[in-house]
Amino acid sequence: MNVSGWILALGQTALLILLAPLLSGWIKWVKCKFQNRRGPIPWQPYRDLAKLFRKEVVMAQQASPLFRATPYLVFSVTVLASSIVPAFAVGLPTAVIADVIVMVGFFALARFFLCLAGMDLGTAFGGMGASREVTISSLTEPAMLLSIFTLAMTFTSTNLDAMVLHTLTQPFQIYPSFIFAGMSLLLVGVAECGRIPIDNPATHLELTMIHEAMILEYSGRHLALLEWASMLKMLIFGVLICNLFLPWGTALHLEPTAIAVGLLTLGIKLMGIGFVLAASESVLAKMRLFRTPELLSLAFIIALLGMLGHVILEVH
Amino acid sequence: MNFTVLTLAEQIILTLAALMLFTSFLLLAQTRLLTLIHIFALQGALLFATTLVIAFTYGRHHLLISAALTLGLKVFFIPIQLQKLVTRLDIKREVEVVGNPSLIMFGAAALVLFSYYAVLPIRELSMLATRNTIAVSLAIVLLGMLLIISRRKAVVQVVGFMCMENGLMFAAVAATQGMPMVVEMGVALDVLVAAILFGIFFFQIRTEFGTLDVDKLNLLKEVD
Repeated sequence: MNVSGWILALGQTALLILLAPLLSGWIKWVKCKFQNRRGPIPWQPYRDLAKLFRKEVVMAQQASPLFRATPYLVFSVTVLASSIVPAFAVGLPTAVIADVIVMVGFFALARFFLCLAGMDLGTAFGGMGASREVTISSLTEPAMLLSIFTLAMTFTSTNLDAMVLHTLTQPFQIYPSFIFAGMSLLLVGVAECGRIPIDNPATHLELTMIHEAMILEYSGRHLALLEWASMLKMLIFGVLICNLFLPWGTALHLEPTAIAVGLLTLGIKLMGIGFVLAASESVLAKMRLFRTPELLSLAFIIALLGMLGHVILEVH
Repeated sequence: MNFTVLTLAEQIILTLAALMLFTSFLLLAQTRLLTLIHIFALQGALLFATTLVIAFTYGRHHLLISAALTLGLKVFFIPIQLQKLVTRLDIKREVEVVGNPSLIMFGAAALVLFSYYAVLPIRELSMLATRNTIAVSLAIVLLGMLLIISRRKAVVQVVGFMCMENGLMFAAVAATQGMPMVVEMGVALDVLVAAILFGIFFFQIRTEFGTLDVDKLNLLKEVD
C-alpha cells in the first residue's frame, strides 16, 4: 500500500485515541443537561487525565509485575482494536490486517488481564469486580459474535472494512436482520462499556460497581491509562455501531474533500449516539445485578432472531 | 443471494414480517399485563401496515376493508377492552409467573427454526417474492401457542389466542395476497365474538374461583 494510506491510517487511530475523552465528556454533559444540572464542560475528561498523569503512583507492596504491566497492556490492546475500525474512510491499509473476530479477541485479551490485575492484590473488591466482569462478558460475547455473524453472512466477509464498503456501494435496501443485529449490538455495547442498565460508571458504591471495582487499587498514570482505555472502548463501540448500520458519509476515496465529509459525518453520528445514550441513561434505572442475565439473554435472542431472519427472509 | 431484485414494497413487507416475529418474542418476554396488551396492539398495527402495503402495491382494494377491520378491532377495540377488563378486575399490577424465562425464549427460537423447515416444501409451490413470510406466520402461530401454555393467567391466554389469529391473518395477507372478502369478514367477526365471550368468561371464572389463575380450575368445587 501507498505511504499516504498508512499516514491516514495512523492519523485515524490517533484521532480516535484523542477523541475518546471528548465523547465521554459529551455524554456526561448531555446527561447533566437532561437532569437540569450545569454539568462539567465536555473537555473535562482531558483535564482529569492530565491531572492523573501528573500524580504519583501509589502501589501496594504485594503488587506483582502483572499488576504493573496491565495498564500498559490494556491500553495498547485497545489502541490496536481501534486501528481496525473504519472511522472516516474505507480502504485504509490497516483494515486488511485483522477482521472483526480479532477485534472481539482484543477486547477479551484486555479483559483477561484486567481481571487478573483485579485479583492480584487479593482485595475483596478486586476479586468481586473481576468475577462480575467475567460473568457479564461470558453473556455478552456470544451475543456480539452472533450479531456480527449475521452481518458477515449478508456481506460474505468478516472484515469490517469490506462490510462498510459493501453497504456504501450496493444500492440501498432494507435488511430485516440488520435491525435485530443493530439492537443486539447496542445492548452488548452498553453492557461491555459498563453503562447504565448494567453498571453505573459514575459511582463507587460497593454493591453495584463492576469495572470500577477492578481498577480500585490503581492510581496516577496507571489509572489514567485504564480510564482512557475504557473511554476508547466506548468510542470504538460507538463508531462500530454508527458505521456498520449508518455508513453514509464515510469516505470511499482517500481525497481531501471526501475525508473532510467523512470526518464531519463521523462527528455528527457520534454526537447523535452520545445523545441517545445520555437520554437512555437518564430514563432508565440501573438493573439489579442478578437481573442482568435476563437483559443479556434478550440481547442474545435478538441476535439469534436476526440470524434466523436472515436465513428465512433474505436467502432465496 | 438475490435480495437486491426485490422491490421496495417487498422489502418493506419482509421487514414488517421480521418485526411481527419480534413482537411475538416481546410478548413471550413480557411479564406485566398492561405492557403485554400494548405489545399486542403494536403487533396488530404491524399487521395493519402490512395489509395496507399489499393492498396498494398489488391493487387488491378489497384488502383495504380488511385493513380497516384490523385497525379497528386489533389495534383499538380488543386492546382497549382487555385493558378495561384488567383495570376492572384489578389485576394491573400482577406480575406473571413464567416457568424459566430464558428456557422459554430458547424454545421459541427453536420453534422458529422448526417452522422454517416445516414450510420448506410449501415454499416451493409459490412464485411470490414474499413466500418466505409463510415460515414467519407459522412461527407467530406457534409462538402464540407457546404463550398460551407457558402462562397461568387467563388474560394472557386470550392474548396468545389473538396472537395466533394474527399469525394466520398475516399468512393470508402476505403470502397469498388476501382471502376472499367473506372469509375475512367472518374471521374478524369470530375474533370480535371471541373477545366478548372471553370477557364474560373472565368475570364468571373470577366470581366462581376468586382468581384468574387457570391452575386453580383443576380444583374440584361442590355445586350447591
